Amino acid sequence: MQIVIKPKRGLANLDFKELWSYKELFYFFAWRDIKLRYKQTFFGIVWAVIQPFITMVVFSVVFGRLANMPSDNIPYPIFVYAGLLLWNIFSNSLNNASQSLIGSANIIQKIYLPKIIIPAASVMVTLADFLFAALVFGGIILYYGFMPHFQGLLLLPLLLLITIFASLGLGWFLAAVNVKYRDVRYALPFFIQLLIFVTPVIYPVSIVPKAYQWLLALNPMTGVIETFKAAFLGTIPTNWFTLAISSGVSILLLIFGLWYFLRTEKTFADII
Amino acid sequence: MNHIIEVENLSKKYRISHQKEGLRYGTLRDELTDIFRKPFLWLTSKKKSKEDVWALKNVNFKVEPGEILGIIGPNGAGKTTLLKILTRITPPTEGKVVVGGRVGSLLEVGTGFHPELTGRENIYLNGAILGMRKKEIDKKFDEIVEFAGIGKFLDTPLKRYSSGMSVRLAFSVAAHLDTDILLVDEVLAVGDAAFQKKSLSKMQNIVAGGGRTVLFVSHNMSAISSLCNRTILLRDGNIAAQGSTPQVVAEYLSSRDNSSGETVWSFEDAPSSELVKLRAVRVLNEQGKVSFDMDIAKPINLEVEFWCLRRTKMTSFFHLYNQLGVLLFFTANLHDKVWGQMEYKPGLYRCSCKIPANFLNEGTYFVNAYLCNDINQLTDVRKEPAVSFRAYDFGTGRGGYIAGQWQGLIRPLLPWTGSRIEDLP
Repeated sequence: MQIVIKPKRGLANLDFKELWSYKELFYFFAWRDIKLRYKQTFFGIVWAVIQPFITMVVFSVVFGRLANMPSDNIPYPIFVYAGLLLWNIFSNSLNNASQSLIGSANIIQKIYLPKIIIPAASVMVTLADFLFAALVFGGIILYYGFMPHFQGLLLLPLLLLITIFASLGLGWFLAAVNVKYRDVRYALPFFIQLLIFVTPVIYPVSIVPKAYQWLLALNPMTGVIETFKAAFLGTIPTNWFTLAISSGVSILLLIFGLWYFLRTEKTFADII
Repeated sequence: MNHIIEVENLSKKYRISHQKEGLRYGTLRDELTDIFRKPFLWLTSKKKSKEDVWALKNVNFKVEPGEILGIIGPNGAGKTTLLKILTRITPPTEGKVVVGGRVGSLLEVGTGFHPELTGRENIYLNGAILGMRKKEIDKKFDEIVEFAGIGKFLDTPLKRYSSGMSVRLAFSVAAHLDTDILLVDEVLAVGDAAFQKKSLSKMQNIVAGGGRTVLFVSHNMSAISSLCNRTILLRDGNIAAQGSTPQVVAEYLSSRDNSSGETVWSFEDAPSSELVKLRAVRVLNEQGKVSFDMDIAKPINLEVEFWCLRRTKMTSFFHLYNQLGVLLFFTANLHDKVWGQMEYKPGLYRCSCKIPANFLNEGTYFVNAYLCNDINQLTDVRKEPAVSFRAYDFGTGRGGYIAGQWQGLIRPLLPWTGSRIEDLP
């Protein structure tokens, strides 16, 4: 075994063999984050359920009742919760990932490791929350006596993959930017708040004029959420075109995020 | 390849323009407003305001497999930067390193320790961060726990540990890291004296275990001396000396101070507290003359002069270190009937003590001077080292026998007797 250490210019190269050898650390980071998430809280893991549930209730009252938002003839709470379920993976991922490198500043300065695993592990953690939130979803569906299209669940792995690609890509990018510019901490919550309004979480895509729907599809979460609602709740026929655009964008985001991360990685230990 | 580590023309440059303005990382807004206010700033002044600092410059050395190499030098000499490059934490600016083996680094103990996790969980997490596989940790788990001595607190969150306990646990995990090459930075300076001793002997075991190559950075000259056979002295990013450890250590220590046998301060820039100002620390020979060169067969006087600014109790004391950085003794005038722990009126004072003749070994010595109002409190004024001197054996009082430095820390001339017991049977 021989390692040559030389000045680094341009892109750091991605060593898959090395990444594989760090899979245990990746697992430990994810495990630590899950374990620590709700330490010393009274409600503990219940928080993973409370948060989307309360959001669903508030949205149902404000948008469902007061604003009479159309929901493709589905009980509004089910409609909005289906969207939140996937949306939360995305928004929590961005929040976690953007802070992940700074949170591990000490490790980055003292130990060599492929740094891309740090934001990546923090993205995986949101899947744990997703599982708990999904249980509540089942509860809500039972409560309303709603009959979903179970064959629609076959699409779920693909939808999760698109969500994770988009989250990883943006997550890597934001984490890297945050090392140098701490503005991310202030800009991101604001950005996420705005983004939910250009994602069909609280409204169906059908209320958007046809000519502009493709624009909405540039947001990868549009394709994901709309397809999930179409396939699982049976709102409208699945729009494969929207899904294709969203998949394409999420892959581009993944590549861009990775590229930016690898380009800036060499300076992390010195400037973090 | 004969060498396990080959370092060629290694240089590392840091750009410290941001630090100069008191900013470590800029905000986007600052950079954006700068663009609008002074659009051509980056063309002109910014280039000038940037300052390049070479933390390392053209460093070359080679390490053989199984060698224990010490790295010493003053703060800011580039020791830690060198280790950070060897561990790939930060890339070099120029040059090349070829490393032939798995590298483990202990730049700090307890990296990634989390206060909310239990001792057991932290062992696994920290081990994984250091590059150990889960199986490896499983295998060494009991050993780690036993060495740290935290047995019954294994499932207690780390935040409930005393600081000593968490440091012991951290060192223990690190000490069980099993790699071809181990880079160690100052980690022996943790824990209480007893644990430091245990750590040092653990390090000695690691070293004696053989096969392992260790690069060991420390300010503890006795640790360096007892562990390393070869040492590199770094100064201002360059290798100032390399060679056998005693030689390099002696060179480092003697370069730290002047060789006049005295250090004098003016009233304005003296090391001072509210109560006292240090005026001078001197080494004097039997005739009362200041000198750097002393005869080990004659008494040596250590003297401190200080101004008392207010009416106060005052105690003077000295630490005497040898060239390996070992503290030989600590002496104070607490027991002195006239000057020890007495009230001093404002004024200039001189206190001195006498090291008896035929007590020290040949070598270079460093005197740390301290003044302190209450011996149980922190010292008021300290100077480390304040002055140094060299003791020579001129052969007087030793029966004409000269052998330079004898074995042992000190070399007292003890009263010997002898008698003839009986004839051969």
